[in-house]
Amino acid sequence: MALFSNTATLLGKELRTEFRSRELLTTTVVFILVVLILFSFAINPTSEESREYGPGLLWLAILFAASLMLQPCFLREQGNDTLSSLRLAVDDPFAIFLAKLIANTLFLLLTELLMLPLFAAFYNIPILPKLHYLLLVLFLGSFGISVVGTALSAISAQARMRELLLPLLLLPLLTPVLVVSATVSVSLLDREPVIQWKGIAFLAVFDLVFLTALWIFGEYLLEE
Amino acid sequence: MTATTATTLSPTGLRFENIDKRYGGLLALRRVSLEIAPGECVALAGRNGSGKTTLLRVAARIVRPTAGKLSFPGAANEAATHHRPGYVGHSTMVYDELSAQENLILFAKLQNVPQPEARAEELLREVGLYERRGSLVRTFSRGMRQRIAIARALVHRPSVLLFDEPATGLDPLGIAWLAQSLGDVNRRGCTVLMSLHGESEISALATRAVRLDAGAVVGDTQTGASLRSILTFAGA
Amino acid sequence: MLKRMLLGAVAILLVIAATYGSFYVAPTERTMGLIQRIFYFHVASAWAAMDAFAVCFVCNLLYVWKRNAKFDWLAVSSAEVGLVLTTVVLITGPIWAHPVWGIWWTWDARLTSTFVLWLLYVSYLLLRTLIEEPDRKALLSSLFGIFAFLDVPLVFGAIRWWRTQHPSPVIMGGPGSGLEPTMKKVLFFFVFAMHVFALFLIVERYVLEKLKNDVDVLQREAEA
Repeated sequence: MALFSNTATLLGKELRTEFRSRELLTTTVVFILVVLILFSFAINPTSEESREYGPGLLWLAILFAASLMLQPCFLREQGNDTLSSLRLAVDDPFAIFLAKLIANTLFLLLTELLMLPLFAAFYNIPILPKLHYLLLVLFLGSFGISVVGTALSAISAQARMRELLLPLLLLPLLTPVLVVSATVSVSLLDREPVIQWKGIAFLAVFDLVFLTALWIFGEYLLEE
Repeated sequence: MTATTATTLSPTGLRFENIDKRYGGLLALRRVSLEIAPGECVALAGRNGSGKTTLLRVAARIVRPTAGKLSFPGAANEAATHHRPGYVGHSTMVYDELSAQENLILFAKLQNVPQPEARAEELLREVGLYERRGSLVRTFSRGMRQRIAIARALVHRPSVLLFDEPATGLDPLGIAWLAQSLGDVNRRGCTVLMSLHGESEISALATRAVRLDAGAVVGDTQTGASLRSILTFAGA
Repeated sequence: MLKRMLLGAVAILLVIAATYGSFYVAPTERTMGLIQRIFYFHVASAWAAMDAFAVCFVCNLLYVWKRNAKFDWLAVSSAEVGLVLTTVVLITGPIWAHPVWGIWWTWDARLTSTFVLWLLYVSYLLLRTLIEEPDRKALLSSLFGIFAFLDVPLVFGAIRWWRTQHPSPVIMGGPGSGLEPTMKKVLFFFVFAMHVFALFLIVERYVLEKLKNDVDVLQREAEA
């Protein structure tokens, strides 16, 4: 189907562009690292508290990092007006969004995976026991952040004060992701781990709702 | 729905019917009605801010008109949504961080051009960028940027070509090359609509000229005005 | 003009009557005493706010579909009124909480969700100020408004199911639950009064927006 082949082509472009410079990935990784360290200075976690607060702080750090990482998403298409050539070239503008949100999800996941060992070390939280479930939560949460973030970065790219605007638009919208991901992560990493399937289902629903909304309204986000 | 990607050009015209474009309270285009026959090479003249760029972007379907209808008579399917003109705007509309070749392959693939790598190579040779095909566009000079922009616009062999001030950034050699290329493209049956300032080798290709002022059509060689008068009042 | 004045008069009378009702008609609550009477105002404002935001949502959809500026004027009007009413909810909550439980803020599910709701619509209004061109402003803010409204049930759900781990005082035991018949009547009357009042405010704000637009148009014509 044309949508999927276009998405694949564009995804290739997104990945190639990023891996050539790696600026986005490196800055995001460093940012999450800095935030995690700063949190530990501000709160001074003992071992027991870490288990309760750590995952929440990790998700906070991911959210903050994402709100910065998503800024260039559509901004970088403005310099040479490549957004117009993309819109001209593809039949379904949703392909543009799909490619970007998949790329953003991958970038977020990559930075999270790099951060996980450090997170486990700083906060003394063993993550291996329930790693596969943790990865599932990370994926669903990151996907939700990317869907909403990609859509909103298309909006903020067309407004003033976009560096401040994007986090302002994004963070309130993502509170469900933060609450649920953090809570599910906490119970996963608890001494007696519990898998909250209701939470995982909720995250999937969140992702689906906004993916559908983006599918319906995406073309208007790009309109001139 | 897939758009036409004809390898042989089916002569296609361009029809604007009462096109309005409003930005806030400002009407950038006012009831523009224009019929361009297949194969014509039309020069669009007018002062800066007269609406030339907006009209071209409406034709390219990048800008959505506030009112009015755009269609492509002569195409397999006349409806605007099925058609994809070639468009060269003020920016290159290619990726600086990719090479010339990568850019062309990207746009070829997106538009379902058969054998995208071969097509990219063919175009690069045509525009004289084959030696620099592996270099990132970021390293290109202004003239080279214009060439890659043109190549990108032609990748899918459009039957309508839209050109916003094509000679920008080109030295006399470049302009001569462009005039020849545009002439070739037009002779192959591609309809051309280009915005210009004043007379040049490029304007000499035009079979017709239309003048815009404050978003409205105020002169047309089709209705008797001379080509020169249309073009020379267009000085900035 | 006359109709608007009439609406205003009726609205104000209704609110006065409802306030009287909440102080003199409704019986005193057994455990909480006098301060509980703010409950009627609090709940009524919350309902009116939600309906105002619902109106905003519908207008957002209609604008994206029809592109008639009037829908945008109505959207911003109902969003602003909704935001004011939400502010009322957020202020009356603590006013109630403090004498009763000795704390200014309670992380009660509904109050917390209301706070996020408040943030969402503040962002909506802020976004509008950062885009100058009216059609762009209307389109992009409508799209954000749609996303925001879709988020609302997700926010309420997430907070209700995953943030009431710590037992917290419930601001209201749910409208109508365990309420005496007289209390119910007073409540519904207040709800009705607040809706009429909100309608009045929205109409006035709409007229203001229309006038602003007319002035802009005249100004541009004069400059041209």
